[in-house]
Amino acid sequence: KRLEAQTRNQLLVLIFASYTLFLGFAVCGKAFLSSGSPKVCIVGSGPAGFYTAQHLLKAHQNVQVDVYERLPVPFGLVRFGVAPDHPEVKNVINTFTQTAKHPRCSFYGNVNVGEDVSVDELQEAYHAIVLSYGAEGNRSVGVPGEDLPGVYSAKDFVGWYNGLPSCQELRPDLSCETAVILGQGNVALDVARILLSPLDALKKTDITQPALEALAQSRVCRVLIVGRRGPMQVASTIKELREMVNLPGTRPEMVAADFDGVAEALKDLPRPRKRLTELMLKTALEMPTEKEQERRKKASRIWGFRFFRSPVEILAEPGCNRVAGVRLAVNKLEGSGEKAQAVLTGEVEDVPCGLVISSIGYRSLPIDPTVPFDSRRAIVPNSMGRVHNAAGLYCSGWLKTGPTGVIATTMNSSFDTARSLLEDVESGKLDVSSAKPGSHMISSLLEKRGVKPVTFSDWEKIDDLETRRGEVSGKPREKILTVAAMLKVARDQ
Amino acid sequence: MAASAAARTSIGLTLRFHRVIPDCSKCPLYRLKSCTSNRANPQRRSSFNSFRTMNRHLQTSKCLSQAQEGSSNSEDPDDVVNVVFIDRSGKRIPVKGKTGDNVLFLAHKHGIELEGACEASLACSTCHVYVSAAHFDKLPEPEEREDDMLDMAPMLQENSRLACQIVLTPDLDGIELTLPKVTRNFYVDGHVPKPH
Repeated sequence: KRLEAQTRNQLLVLIFASYTLFLGFAVCGKAFLSSGSPKVCIVGSGPAGFYTAQHLLKAHQNVQVDVYERLPVPFGLVRFGVAPDHPEVKNVINTFTQTAKHPRCSFYGNVNVGEDVSVDELQEAYHAIVLSYGAEGNRSVGVPGEDLPGVYSAKDFVGWYNGLPSCQELRPDLSCETAVILGQGNVALDVARILLSPLDALKKTDITQPALEALAQSRVCRVLIVGRRGPMQVASTIKELREMVNLPGTRPEMVAADFDGVAEALKDLPRPRKRLTELMLKTALEMPTEKEQERRKKASRIWGFRFFRSPVEILAEPGCNRVAGVRLAVNKLEGSGEKAQAVLTGEVEDVPCGLVISSIGYRSLPIDPTVPFDSRRAIVPNSMGRVHNAAGLYCSGWLKTGPTGVIATTMNSSFDTARSLLEDVESGKLDVSSAKPGSHMISSLLEKRGVKPVTFSDWEKIDDLETRRGEVSGKPREKILTVAAMLKVARDQ
Repeated sequence: MAASAAARTSIGLTLRFHRVIPDCSKCPLYRLKSCTSNRANPQRRSSFNSFRTMNRHLQTSKCLSQAQEGSSNSEDPDDVVNVVFIDRSGKRIPVKGKTGDNVLFLAHKHGIELEGACEASLACSTCHVYVSAAHFDKLPEPEEREDDMLDMAPMLQENSRLACQIVLTPDLDGIELTLPKVTRNFYVDGHVPKPH
């Protein structure tokens, strides 16, 4: 009888032990297999970060991806760069949300890599780091007067109307009639379009409430978009140009002479450049239809390209510390096509204006002294996304290629980086054989430093509140404008 | 309990990237050609699960704003349109679609690696495909907005189209859609495909 009891007890212990083991395995099975599970950390939660994560998760069954983001909110330029009247471009957020909610993906917002945690510490915790924190700096025009009140970078202006917390104090002065935008890319056109759009069109977008109010008071009714070279070198694309041409309440004002020789050169252009140039030619030179003539007569706002002009000084009225005009040097072109160079002719021209927005490009900044950085090109030096002289470090997005390209470009570049990383895992160049602590190590470091990350479900509380607030005024969302307010919502139950 | 938790986790993993496509051929708006573009769906985005139809705040260009139950499994032979996707590694993937199917969502349903970042709103070029010569001319002319977005696609060819704008009809039976090789490294093992 005692033997029976003993056997029964042993059996019970055995069953209990197997159950616990099974339970342990089922709940944290991945931990048991962690020596075969690469842990990757991605710095930056914009399109580059999320597309890299997406590709890694899909291609490797065991990889764990942690995405770190400085702000409490994810999505980078999709949230803060894409114009409010381009909501379809923001649909990509749904794809990124899917990725963020993948069981092997975690989001850590409100973590400043470089300040709250170093890249060295991340390398201790993870098998690989992918830097995809984009370009938050600005290319300066480099002319006297650039610091005058009334002169803004397009990056800051766009950040302002899109709710980027660091740009909320911009309070641009829109009380003048003429605005000059330096640069002729899509960002320049976005700025022009937001400045001249009928308010009714903007009211139903996710533009911030303060920006909407400022634009309602705006007296800006003429926007000149200035570029160093000619019509065949504009960096903008046809969709954005068409939006300007069709912008209600506005009419185009171009200089016909700027288009000399363009019609003849059309036939040799590749299709995208050809269609874009044809539209510009038509807008600038063609006699409009009667209907269009009527529309233009009624238009109270004007926009136009000014070609072959480089800024040499931003002028102020004597004794008045505000921008009053721009001094532009007149150029001529040497060479043709994409490689044409602007050469000074010696002539200058002054354009009176009360608002200058420089839209000549973003610029990446170094965030950690241990990460190689090419300050001339303002990128992290790399080959196919593998950072030079830095094992285990990769980069994707604008930090990798420079600050040009749309979401599709960044997507392809991010997939490339993910492929490079996976190749390295496969070949053994990236050693994933020893287990790494991953987010456990980083989370306790952050806790010691008083930094509390924002999880993806915390973001969803912010998202939910913004959407509900937007519903009140018929907007897709009413953005929360300060980090403090975002954190408050994230922490609330 | 533990077993079911484990089972649920593994199901979630395998089905995570599977999206269900609304069946536009059943949508009265599509049939009447009165489906409006850029219409915001006021319904709230619910948390994602694999079998959710597109019931969310969405701006699209074509008939996608209404979620439909769409049973795309009916094998009515009159309806079936055979499509072959050729992925970036050159692999041929034959798929059976139906008249009225949107080719991008058909691709997603079958796990073809074709992105659709803007979700068929003509705001990106990530669903760029090359159409087989025999079928290219059977497609309706692209609208200006599609041409504008195609201009942004790398490696544009004469037979380029955006998959999100291709809706299957019976005379497209046998259509072959090739995914462009837009990236510089295609294979983990370093294999470089022969150019077509």
